[in-house]
Amino acid sequence: MATHDSDLSTGRAMSQSASTWLSLNRRHLPVETLVLALTLSLWVVMAFSTPNFLTANNIINILRQVSIDSIIAFGVLFPILIRGIDLSVGSVVALSGVVCATLLTMGMPIPIAIGLTLLLGIAIGSLNAFSVHRLGIPAFIITLAGLQAYRGGAFLVSGGTSVFGLPQELASFARAEWLGIPSLFWTMLVIGLILHFILSRTRTGRYMVAMGSNYESARRAGINIKRIVFFAYIISSVTACIAGILLMSRMSIGSPTAAVAYELNAIAAAVVGGASLFGGRGSVLGTFIGALLFATIANSANLLGIDSFWQMVATGVLIAVVVYVDNLHKRRQSGLK
Amino acid sequence: MSSLLEVRSLKKRFGAVEVLCGVDLSLEAGEVLAVIGDNGAGKSTLIKHISGVYPRDDGEIWLDGQPVTFTSPKQARHAGIETVYQDLALADELSVGANIFLGREPTRRWLGMLPVVDKRTIQRETQRLIDSIESHIPDGTSTVAGLSGGQRQAVAIARALYWDAKVVILDEPTAALAVMERENVIKLSRMLASKDVGVIYIGHNLVEILEVADRIAVMYRGRIVHVTRAEDTSQEELIKYMTGYTDRQIA
Repeated sequence: MATHDSDLSTGRAMSQSASTWLSLNRRHLPVETLVLALTLSLWVVMAFSTPNFLTANNIINILRQVSIDSIIAFGVLFPILIRGIDLSVGSVVALSGVVCATLLTMGMPIPIAIGLTLLLGIAIGSLNAFSVHRLGIPAFIITLAGLQAYRGGAFLVSGGTSVFGLPQELASFARAEWLGIPSLFWTMLVIGLILHFILSRTRTGRYMVAMGSNYESARRAGINIKRIVFFAYIISSVTACIAGILLMSRMSIGSPTAAVAYELNAIAAAVVGGASLFGGRGSVLGTFIGALLFATIANSANLLGIDSFWQMVATGVLIAVVVYVDNLHKRRQSGLK
Repeated sequence: MSSLLEVRSLKKRFGAVEVLCGVDLSLEAGEVLAVIGDNGAGKSTLIKHISGVYPRDDGEIWLDGQPVTFTSPKQARHAGIETVYQDLALADELSVGANIFLGREPTRRWLGMLPVVDKRTIQRETQRLIDSIESHIPDGTSTVAGLSGGQRQAVAIARALYWDAKVVILDEPTAALAVMERENVIKLSRMLASKDVGVIYIGHNLVEILEVADRIAVMYRGRIVHVTRAEDTSQEELIKYMTGYTDRQIA
């Protein structure tokens, strides 16, 4: 993790943030920097190619989109860090939206409905962690099962249709802007900062990197593996539930067909942002950059009237290229050509 | 005066196979004791008992004049027995400092509330440690992934040193190293001993063993068949004991 090292290298004289930023760039070259450069150049190109891109409305639109995508991707980053995966998050987004909406239409107060939905996230994350850690089911399989089951659950809870009739306050939350920036973006920022803090500053974050990097060394160092596994999967499910509630607020309905294939976008954002699917590497900031790139591509394609099927192809190619470049870099670093 | 570490008639069976048939061994502070033997002689099983990986069937282990029983590597480590494993057990993506402190990070209160890893202390202590062992580790903030085999070995040994280990077990520390780097590991082993640590050095390269060890214990088929001072023996003699040539006289 870059942030660990960067803070470790903090010189006495240098200010902490300056050194973090410097070494972050140094160590994260080329992937995150490359992706950031790509995103920024796309912004520049788009600004010149269409007058509709660099407008306040469109930028706010991008910020809204990237917020929900990022929150899901931040969560998925944690199982990836410990060399696991969570494919169920897209379905959990839909299920949590439907469950929360249903509770609200039953007349339950908003805080209680949200609280219960987040508890559902804790339960799902615990079940995933239990299956992986105690039952020894591969994360890929158990969360793939979850992808099916929770989607089914969303249809069952909603009776196959969308849930209407949300309280006004909730629907207006997603449309709100504070200081000219969408409330969704602020929410993402807070969640991102908390997760970044956990990852870069706490023992738990460090142990996740250690575990993903070398399971044996983590175990022999006396790290409580079970705790780390539960923590990672619960973060993933709970952030998916938060995203589900926000998406429900944005659409003003609880939809069982929401967020199809979002898990893949989230994983792609984390990976493009420097996370390794072999564990031990990845950052919250990088994941945000990855999500921003994908949101920019989607938005640009819309504005330019490019077929959305091409957009899917482009996204796929991009993931392949970035992972290839990252591998190349890693091999050069370790001296294996 | 009692020895730093004493193993008395240690026995272990795996099913029908008796892997250790009553091993006696003593280790003094400040010495390097090499344990050698052919594959299957019981070296690994012996150190896994001392480091708390296996429970013993019979026998006793005494540390600092006290009988001890470890049920996990963590307990052994807590008592002052550090093991540097063959595969080193370092986390590649973490820095040198993070590896040395893994599982025992100093923390401080962030804004007086949340416990966070005290990176500054780790950095300072790591630098001091690196300087003190003169081991050519570039700096404590680089990740372990970029280090050579010898540098990794040095990190693992530094970890043992920092945590005030009384006993350090080095399991085939040079098995995967280039010739140049072996010298460095031998130097580090001697340095540990000079700091009054008792070092158990598992190996099978006799040239190296004769160079690094104060005393040498030879294992053969689950027994220690010969213990000698390094200067009183030769490769030829050690090979005789290792291959069981003298077994009949001993048994």
